[in-house]
Amino acid sequence: MKKDLTSNDAYSGSQLIGLVILRILIGWHFLYEGISKLVNPYWSSAAYLLDSKWIFSSLAERIVANPIFLGFTDSINMWGLTIVGFSLLLGFMSRYGAIAGLVFVLLYYFFAPPFIGLEYSKPGEGSYIIVNKNLIEAGALYVLYLFPTSQLIGLDRLILSIQSKYLGVK
Amino acid sequence: MSHEIEEKQSDILNRREILKGLATVPVLGFFFVKLWQKMRLDKLKKSNLLQNLVKDNKSPAIVSNIGNNDHLRVGIVGYGGRGSHLTRGLGFATPDWTTNAAERAQNNKLYKGFTTFMSQADLNCSLVGVCDLFDVRAELGLAASKNEVRSGGKPKETAKRYRHYTDLLANKDIDAVIVSTPDHWHSRVAIDAAKAGKHVYCEKGLTRTFNEALDLYDTVKETGITFQLGHQNRQVEAYEQAKKIINQNLLGPINLVQLTTNRNSPGGAWVWGIHPEGNAKTIDWETFQEPSPNKIPFGEEALRRFFRWRCWFDYGTGLSGDLFSHDFDQINQIMGLGIPKYASSSGGIYFYKDGRDVPDVWNATLEYPDKDLTVLYSATLSSLNARGNRIMGHDATMQIGGESNAGTLGGFIVTADPYSTKYKERLDKGVINSKYPIYSYAPGSKEIDGITSATSQYFANKGLLYTYRDGKRVDSTHLHVKDWIDAIRAGGVPACNIEEAFHEAVACHMATESYLQGRRIEWDPKKRALV
Repeated sequence: MKKDLTSNDAYSGSQLIGLVILRILIGWHFLYEGISKLVNPYWSSAAYLLDSKWIFSSLAERIVANPIFLGFTDSINMWGLTIVGFSLLLGFMSRYGAIAGLVFVLLYYFFAPPFIGLEYSKPGEGSYIIVNKNLIEAGALYVLYLFPTSQLIGLDRLILSIQSKYLGVK
Repeated sequence: MSHEIEEKQSDILNRREILKGLATVPVLGFFFVKLWQKMRLDKLKKSNLLQNLVKDNKSPAIVSNIGNNDHLRVGIVGYGGRGSHLTRGLGFATPDWTTNAAERAQNNKLYKGFTTFMSQADLNCSLVGVCDLFDVRAELGLAASKNEVRSGGKPKETAKRYRHYTDLLANKDIDAVIVSTPDHWHSRVAIDAAKAGKHVYCEKGLTRTFNEALDLYDTVKETGITFQLGHQNRQVEAYEQAKKIINQNLLGPINLVQLTTNRNSPGGAWVWGIHPEGNAKTIDWETFQEPSPNKIPFGEEALRRFFRWRCWFDYGTGLSGDLFSHDFDQINQIMGLGIPKYASSSGGIYFYKDGRDVPDVWNATLEYPDKDLTVLYSATLSSLNARGNRIMGHDATMQIGGESNAGTLGGFIVTADPYSTKYKERLDKGVINSKYPIYSYAPGSKEIDGITSATSQYFANKGLLYTYRDGKRVDSTHLHVKDWIDAIRAGGVPACNIEEAFHEAVACHMATESYLQGRRIEWDPKKRALV
């Protein structure tokens, strides 16, 4: 039988702490990735996209060739990463945050997958074959989606209790 | 009583709810404290980068607006590869070129050559005369003069073909002449054009010999025409920025400058295609070889020489006039060096043993004792290991082109020297790191471009193909032609005027003569002679 993962006894204390720590770490990572791009006027996704290999490489090229698409892609990345970061870190609508974050890292993965035979102009910061840190972060975000914690620790808990107390929403 | 307890419990629960709801907020607070510290440190580091030390950090205005009301009639002598690029800069491309470029732009969204051509300024000129000794090329020039695919629309006038350059110069309606013949014809055509009162745009290297350079210099001075030498690097935004950095002495004392050429393709080594329609009927070979010291009858060898003329001293000076001239002019533009006191050079034909007599590996040393400076030039046509050009100061080194980020289209980086005196305090404090650039200039870094061929890439890295104005890509050849046309109209002095041209010519001829004579050459400025 499935457990109600929003109830107070869904997890043991240490399970809950472990999941929240994972949520905070990933949230922190997204938040800084987003903010550091927002504060850098010269940042652009163009270099990353131009180095794209495999099935999305022609799409990447098309994005780079069109300044409007490129600007749009840049904004989505900067703001998207920042918002997902806030969501996970503060526990605000974190299930959606986890799904959005999952989509981001999977896109990063598939635009430049570490498959055998694909050569990238920038050397990676580690050694990867098929599995890289993007894919692992995607896996971790999937876990966060399956085991939500923001209704136990996070703004979502506060929002729910305010709703039930003042608006009578159960 | 029980009611009170309930109230209290509900309060306690609320408090717990709040605590659990806001449990991670302190982490966010900690995040922002760290973010603020990081940004403050970055700001401190940035304020110590050269970027902020350079006064007048603005890029040059996109194009100066000089009234272009008077329509100018331009003639061209020599419509080869370079000639066709120069006329494109003037606003006239062959129909083949515009069709291919438009198609290429359709297929490759990253190719910007077509839009760059179509968006260049209309110079209000017509191409009215074309002189070329090869019929096929002359016809291409005529076709270009009629092509309506251009920024100014339908040309006001179209070109007539002239068999001999003297006939073209005899046309009183022609105001200005582009000389893009092989080097051995430069001085004769340019001198006669100047004497006929026509303004001259002459390709580099200025002349084939030192004496021709003297004659051309004197003629341009006497006639007072507007003269421009074809070093389009003069229009490159990056070099103007580099000049500001040098002028403010931000590199400290500079004692060594290293210039390099690295090519590794037959095209880059002047093994150009022999046109299938080139034969005794379509090529005026006798006129072609008229000014050259050695004459040969028309045949297979003559065809090779006609289409690959840069490989022989009879028609040019090889690496010296073709590529060293560019690098010398670049450094003369940035540092204002002038003519060296001594030059020596050596090299050989080590890779292209195809009957040429110019070296394919060649090194030259220029000495400036009054400036405490040596300029080293090193060239190979059999390795593409892009070394870039380096201005090496006691306090910092500027690297222009080449690998390690400086290869970004016409950009450069400045790196502090670990033993710098000027930056010692900053180096010690760690706000400057000698491993990372303290200034990097990458124009149009947000714009990406697909440049394909190795030779194009070579030129682009040297800033010879494209430059940037306000982050927008423009063809530096177009800007250089425009600079000349603007100077004709407004009576100004073009960027690579006859004085600058003379520096280039004398420096290159000193180095060439040193190779040919096997000894060091000295410049005597009083006698205006090589001794």
